[in-house]
Amino acid sequence: MVPLSYYLVLSGILFACGVTGFLIKRNIITIFMSIELMLNGVNLSFVAFAAHWQVLAGQVFVFFVMVVAAAEATVGLAIIIAVYRTRETLNVDQVNLLKL
Amino acid sequence: MLSVHLILFLAFGVVCVAGAINLLVQTHPINSALSLIVVMAALAGEYLLLGAEFVAAVQVIVYAGAIMVLFVFTIMLLNAGVEERTKGSRVAVLFGIPGMLLGSVLVAWVFLRHSGTEAVAVGALPGAPKTIGPLLFHEFLLPFEITSILILIAIMGAVVLASKPPTAPPRKVD
Repeated sequence: MVPLSYYLVLSGILFACGVTGFLIKRNIITIFMSIELMLNGVNLSFVAFAAHWQVLAGQVFVFFVMVVAAAEATVGLAIIIAVYRTRETLNVDQVNLLKL
Repeated sequence: MLSVHLILFLAFGVVCVAGAINLLVQTHPINSALSLIVVMAALAGEYLLLGAEFVAAVQVIVYAGAIMVLFVFTIMLLNAGVEERTKGSRVAVLFGIPGMLLGSVLVAWVFLRHSGTEAVAVGALPGAPKTIGPLLFHEFLLPFEITSILILIAIMGAVVLASKPPTAPPRKVD
């Protein structure tokens, strides 16, 4: 028997790693992977809460999160390719057209 | 006393966290992508411990399979090299790191203190495809159909965005 809080702490650690990667990484693809890591952390807490409260809908929601993540990854990587084609770089510091 | 469940949870959890930290430490995107695959595979193990068989299978097939292949494919397509380090802002280092540590300690304390009353058993909620299916196709039919439209839009968007920009038609010379 594992307390629910252990799962939540693990999920929190994964989410924190994702946030940290999002903030400190400079490669746009790695930043995107950090977002996926955050989504995974949230999914784990979804499944843990579903098991805790005996509601199967939590697992269905994880399925939906995965579908949306897949769509997001598709469009996001296409955007990365488009950015690379126009800017010739993957470094987010050099993609600063919107910066004042 | 260490139960088998706890040992398995800790083993998968350690692999998960190690992979996540390795993602942050590595400078080459392909190494980060591979460590993210490790994280996702270990998370599938955690889902199996919770009884969510369908979610674990989908995690391996969709996340560790399809999405990460897409990532690796893009990394190789763009020939992404080692990340160039640039100096971050000093305020982020000064306030960000202590703030994040404080916040994570606080969150962990709250979780351990106030939600640890009940334990989750192994396979507490069996989420076999047989039980997920009716839920997905009856109760959540509308969201399910909407996600199919979303996927279709995403496919079209990806094709439009990643295709070569149309070359300007040759100007007529009279």
